Amino acid sequence: MTHVPIADQPMDDHHPTSFVAKYVWSQDHKVIAIQYAVIAIFVGVVALILSAFMRLQLGFPDTFSFINPNTYLQYMTMHGMIMVVYMLTALLLGGFGNYLIPLMVGARDMAFPYLNMLSVWFYFVSVIILLASFFVTGGPTGAGWTLYPPQTILPGTPGNEWGIILMILSLAVFIVAFTMGGLNYVTTIMQARTHGMTLMRMPLTIWGIFIASWMGLLAFPALLVSAIMMAMDLLLGTSFFMPTLVSLGNAVDHSGGSPLLFQHLFWFFGHPEVYIVALPAFGMVSDVLATHARKNIFGYRMMVWAIVIIGALSFLVWAHHMYVSGMNLPFGFFFATTTLIIAVPTALKVYNWTLTLWQGNIRLTPPMLFAIGFIFTFIHGGLTGLFLGNVIVDVPLADTMFVVAHFHMVMGVSTVMVIFAAIYHWYPLITGRMMHEGMARVHFWTTFLGSYAVFLPMHYLGFMGVPRRYFAMGDTAFMPESTHALNASITVFALILIAFQAVFILNLIWTLRHGREAGKNPWGATSLEWQTPDVPPKHGNWGDKLPVVHRWAYDYSVPNSTQDFIPQTVPQGEMLEKSAAGQTEGKSS
Amino acid sequence: MQSTWDGVVADWSADKETFAMPWGKLMMWIFLLGDTFIFGIFLIGYMAVRMSAVEPWPDTEAIFTMTMFGHEFPLLLIAIMTFILITSSGTMAMAVNYGYRGDKRKAVMFMGLTALLGATFLGMQVFEWYQLIVHYDIRPWGNPHGASQFGAVFFMVTGFHGLHVLGGVILLIVMAIRVHRGLYDKKGYAVVEITGLYWHFVDLVWVFIFAFFYLL
Repeated sequence: MTHVPIADQPMDDHHPTSFVAKYVWSQDHKVIAIQYAVIAIFVGVVALILSAFMRLQLGFPDTFSFINPNTYLQYMTMHGMIMVVYMLTALLLGGFGNYLIPLMVGARDMAFPYLNMLSVWFYFVSVIILLASFFVTGGPTGAGWTLYPPQTILPGTPGNEWGIILMILSLAVFIVAFTMGGLNYVTTIMQARTHGMTLMRMPLTIWGIFIASWMGLLAFPALLVSAIMMAMDLLLGTSFFMPTLVSLGNAVDHSGGSPLLFQHLFWFFGHPEVYIVALPAFGMVSDVLATHARKNIFGYRMMVWAIVIIGALSFLVWAHHMYVSGMNLPFGFFFATTTLIIAVPTALKVYNWTLTLWQGNIRLTPPMLFAIGFIFTFIHGGLTGLFLGNVIVDVPLADTMFVVAHFHMVMGVSTVMVIFAAIYHWYPLITGRMMHEGMARVHFWTTFLGSYAVFLPMHYLGFMGVPRRYFAMGDTAFMPESTHALNASITVFALILIAFQAVFILNLIWTLRHGREAGKNPWGATSLEWQTPDVPPKHGNWGDKLPVVHRWAYDYSVPNSTQDFIPQTVPQGEMLEKSAAGQTEGKSS
Repeated sequence: MQSTWDGVVADWSADKETFAMPWGKLMMWIFLLGDTFIFGIFLIGYMAVRMSAVEPWPDTEAIFTMTMFGHEFPLLLIAIMTFILITSSGTMAMAVNYGYRGDKRKAVMFMGLTALLGATFLGMQVFEWYQLIVHYDIRPWGNPHGASQFGAVFFMVTGFHGLHVLGGVILLIVMAIRVHRGLYDKKGYAVVEITGLYWHFVDLVWVFIFAFFYLL
């Protein structure tokens, strides 16, 4: 049988001409990626402002009249859900995944462009539904981002009229959007790679996105099922999650349900979700580090297998979120063990990033600053994760600010550092202009130091026993005066940190018009996305002919070569005496 | 052995298409894997709910019984429904076969027949729900026969599966029309097989639902 790979078959490229077809109902992965990213950054800013409100209340209780216990809980819930699902997941997979996959594997577009377009619009609808909950009776749900029953459903929880229904509906629509996107990412990476792009030549960015998409496709079902069950408990009065209990003096109409079942289902989704967000970030930071240290990534195979193993193991650790929910001892032992085992491949990655920097020709460009900052914050958040993975340490710390500090460090700050690194790194490709370096440096130092000023003292608060999720501490006897002073200082630093994100947004918008022309491949990167005939790449990406890949993505500083990087498209043995060299040689010295 | 293993590694890590199959087919397989997780979690949730229910579980044999001509036939309706759905898998396989042979007329005919059998299944499911609701007084929030979770999981899981069948019937009809119009004459009939994959999956899921809800 002669099998002609579909990527080689001539496809009917019809290039859309009207504005609507080009930028609104676009099927071009690059436009869709930007649509995803813009929506995600927008809701991210909304969630950031909500966190400012929370910090205002915690730092200066009884000062702001618009924040009461109900609104505080609503801010907290929406902040968490938006940041984890609607911002990070959408930005990393919908935004960067969409933009980079076809370019990095050498495809003309996603495998199913139409499905891809539907994906972004479903995502848009889910965001609209979510934000609509701010304007309905009772406001958004305040059950905490984990939506634990029974309090999600019981009267007395803010937003139990409409907020929770809209939240569930929005999540369901998001899952549909993600499924369409995820199928696209996985299929494109498996099927649409260009000639020579073997799996073990793919940049780590693609590996991270690939495994994360797989995980999303297998983890979101648990959220979907628990959302359906919860919707039935809410609307039909079934008792999946609702036990017999007395609420506000009245016995509820439920009996025999299991709130623990929800926790299991939620965390079977929720823990892989952490890695769905982390793995693309791991991948992208690897590529940024290698490019700006002018060195090949240390231990490429090890890095790939670490991503795969982390992905697989992350489905076996979910109940470490539930140590304080009441758990059989052997279960606690099992989940503590798997949790600590997952630290091994993760630590390997950290060592490899550090060793990539070792004796590298490091250029402290803005992306590199953020990438190095990521190594710091990630080590920091990862180590506290080891504390919390142990049952005996977790139990006293579980509901304190220590946990808040831990996951904001490891999942929030670290991932956002990579997102910033990635935006500074790929912005020249996306827009053809460099971002302003001075502003970027201001942005980096305020973000990096600000994050530490905010989250480092939180660990201490946790050790002092300051509980998380609380609206106000009052004058609780066991907490020394210093905790209140610290809370106030954290708030001040958080507000400064948030204010300086305006520098980034400003930079993003200002350089769109006024930035320095980037030209082709300004960083001197080897991977395929920088080798497109046009910058920014046009519809169809590759002009008339698909690129052919001859080597892995990390040929930096190869001995005896004429320049310090060799793009993937250069055949083996050729040491670059040709045209591509001259263009970037000046910059790479 | 060594060479077999090398072949596997080479296949998986080669450039271009990993499994030398149409993109849509691979996507359907991956989608079905995700869908397997959905149904798997539904069934695990069902087991958990059934184990933790405080009231006794209703006697399914008594509930899923049909009275005809003065006799009681336990599981009769559901046996017929299962038979119909499994038969539809057979007709689907025929449609795929004729599709690849290029016999458009027969492929369309068998797709239509499959859709018809699927619709029959759905009709009987509606009848079954009607019986449970009206004659046995079973509601999602409670029933007189025992644990209230029985109605909740039953309607949820069979309903979700029913929606899958409905989606399959619609997909089959749309695809049959498109095949009939000759939209795939040039591209080939892989879409018939892709539709078939989905249909067989829905049937397979039914086998598990049948076993766990009706027999246990």
